[in-house]
Amino acid sequence: MAVYLDNAATTPIRPEVLEVLTSHLGVIGNPSAVNSFGQAARRLVEEAREEIARAVNANRNEVIFLSGGTEADNLAIKGLFEARNKDAPRPVVISVATEHHAVVEAVEYLEKHGADTWWIPVDSRGVLNLEALSDFLAVRGGDVALISAMWANNETGVVTDIPALVALASAQGIPVHSDAVAAFGHVPVDFAASGLAALSITAHKIGGPVGIGALLVSRATELGAQIHGGGHERGMRSGTLNAAGAKAFGKAASIAVAELAEESSRFSALTAQVVAGVLEIAPEARFSRGDADGLPNNAHFTFAGCSGDSMLFLLDQAGVAVSNGSACQAGVAAASHVLLAMGRDEAEASGCLRITLGWQNTPRDIEALLTALPQALAGARKAGLPN
Amino acid sequence: MSGGVDSAVAAARAVEAGHEVVGVHLALSRMPGTLRTGSRGCCTIEDSMDAQRAANILGIPYYVWDFSERFKADVVDDFIAEYQAGRTPNPCMRCNERIKFAALLEKAIALGFDAVCTGHYASVITGESGGLELHRGLDAAKDQSYVLGVLTTEQLAHSMFPLGATASKAEVRAEASARGLAVAQKPDSYDICFIPDGDTQGWLSERVGEAEGEIVDRFGEVLGKHLGAHNFTVGQRKGLNIGKPAADGRPRYVLEVQPRSNRVVVGPQEALAVTELAGSRFTWCGVGPANPSVWFDCEVQVRAHSASEPATAAVVEGELVVKLPKPLHGVAPGQTAVIYVGTRVLGQTTIDRTVAADLVAS
Repeated sequence: MAVYLDNAATTPIRPEVLEVLTSHLGVIGNPSAVNSFGQAARRLVEEAREEIARAVNANRNEVIFLSGGTEADNLAIKGLFEARNKDAPRPVVISVATEHHAVVEAVEYLEKHGADTWWIPVDSRGVLNLEALSDFLAVRGGDVALISAMWANNETGVVTDIPALVALASAQGIPVHSDAVAAFGHVPVDFAASGLAALSITAHKIGGPVGIGALLVSRATELGAQIHGGGHERGMRSGTLNAAGAKAFGKAASIAVAELAEESSRFSALTAQVVAGVLEIAPEARFSRGDADGLPNNAHFTFAGCSGDSMLFLLDQAGVAVSNGSACQAGVAAASHVLLAMGRDEAEASGCLRITLGWQNTPRDIEALLTALPQALAGARKAGLPN
Repeated sequence: MSGGVDSAVAAARAVEAGHEVVGVHLALSRMPGTLRTGSRGCCTIEDSMDAQRAANILGIPYYVWDFSERFKADVVDDFIAEYQAGRTPNPCMRCNERIKFAALLEKAIALGFDAVCTGHYASVITGESGGLELHRGLDAAKDQSYVLGVLTTEQLAHSMFPLGATASKAEVRAEASARGLAVAQKPDSYDICFIPDGDTQGWLSERVGEAEGEIVDRFGEVLGKHLGAHNFTVGQRKGLNIGKPAADGRPRYVLEVQPRSNRVVVGPQEALAVTELAGSRFTWCGVGPANPSVWFDCEVQVRAHSASEPATAAVVEGELVVKLPKPLHGVAPGQTAVIYVGTRVLGQTTIDRTVAADLVAS
């Protein structure tokens, strides 16, 4: 049986979540319909909304259901920019060069339509330079529409100091959005305490199904809708509600949060085993986030002198599925923009490997990885760099 | 797997022959187009998806390997440099020589593969002497042995061409259809893959810029102006834009491109006739002649889709020299001359120089 260590891409659905999903797929009724069928379906959505709200410590009205992380990021960034430019021009959008493409591309879309963008620099571990942000805000704070910074990086697992970031922004009344797709379920995420204006989460990274996610939008935050229609979800996201999906998401979120303390210490131990094992096999390998705070289930490395796609191929052939970072269009593994932003050169950035754990992984999976790695690494070194 | 029908059927036949097959698509551009337009270009995301879908149907794993930088340096930049040097390169040949049967093959072998299998119409067989030989594909209309002429014995030993014995492209399409491959009716690609609109001259001008130069006849008389010698190829007749007609009223052809002086020499068709061509960058495809300095009978082909002509050849002072009893027309330095004996590819050389039948032309 092949070993799956690419849980940051998507996790296997948990059996209890699958049960919730399939048992509700047959429900009749549109949750927005007035009749009794609609009311029964609405009840499922609202139960799920409360489960999500509990899982991230938010008010139930702050949960906006939508299709997933990418949509949540787009709604937050474009919607905040629109709302913040209603009464006075605030042309500046601040984000980070290491963000997920869903954020980077949404920000660049705004740039194409007249926004000024400023990217918070990161150090070699991927940690945000908040001093640079503070300096920038001191000069242009009044022009800033929003800041978007991920809670944890999907490639390297490095965790952002959200309280410090929000403190800087709040001093000037700037709303902050955070993409917590990689973080949620792996580190504590408390929306109320965070002071964030908006937060993106999705089901399929925590043992739930693909196609359902949420944007948490604080009650104090105004947001322009990006998908127009029947005015569902407080007018912020129109479209028929996915009752079975929401219910499954609620179940997955509840389990993830209930098991978080236990699972994160289990993951930390397994990840430590991965890091120690990899560095023993390849002492020259570099653990990408270094000593910075990180997700317990993420181990990301660069290996000098070989290409990540060769390692991935050989590990895949040996029955161990890992990743080079985020999946790309047409499978072309371009050098990761995250690693380039962290100051790695193209050659180093092309030799990367990401190992991410999920609820189903056991110590045996780590053994399988570490058993297959020496040969994969030897072959990849022999094949060298592609270019 | 390019995403075309030939490589899909080649993969299918390799699977059926019992090999352990992995589909590999070469990413040759960092900025691939999204959709394919007609039969031009390749390496679009659509092509990659078509290749992946074919691999799915065959039940084999599929990966994309990025050779975009190697391709740019070894094929695209080489193509530009050759034109700038007044030569006429064949980029498909360079790609086979430096990417498909070099970079790709080396990487594949390092990763544990035994061979690269492609959809080229050519055959590798063991000859009477026991050595590996490359032969023309059975279907003369599709034969692609010319562009494989650069392969050496070592490369032949790690190459598989399952389509070589196929009677026709129609047969390949029918087989693809019978196997449920969606690419069965996909149009053939032609032209140069990295020039998607097919406008080679426009593409080159964008990269090397325009520079006004003179069009002269064989005797040095200036007949007109042009915007860059790279726009011209030996043998070209159209697009000369010479205001003054020839004294004899007959059409004029490009006889020579002189990049240093940015001059293009034109003249009558008979001045294009070449009786000898030679090159120092030659290779043998499989085992070469026992004594290459002794003249031997052969046939020579100078373009991918031209007929071959009877010739004699020998290695003389470090050059592979080919003599043509019947002159060839429009042979340009930079082109590849592939030497055949019967259906067998014996070797090839990049043409460095030619000897004109009408010596005035030189």
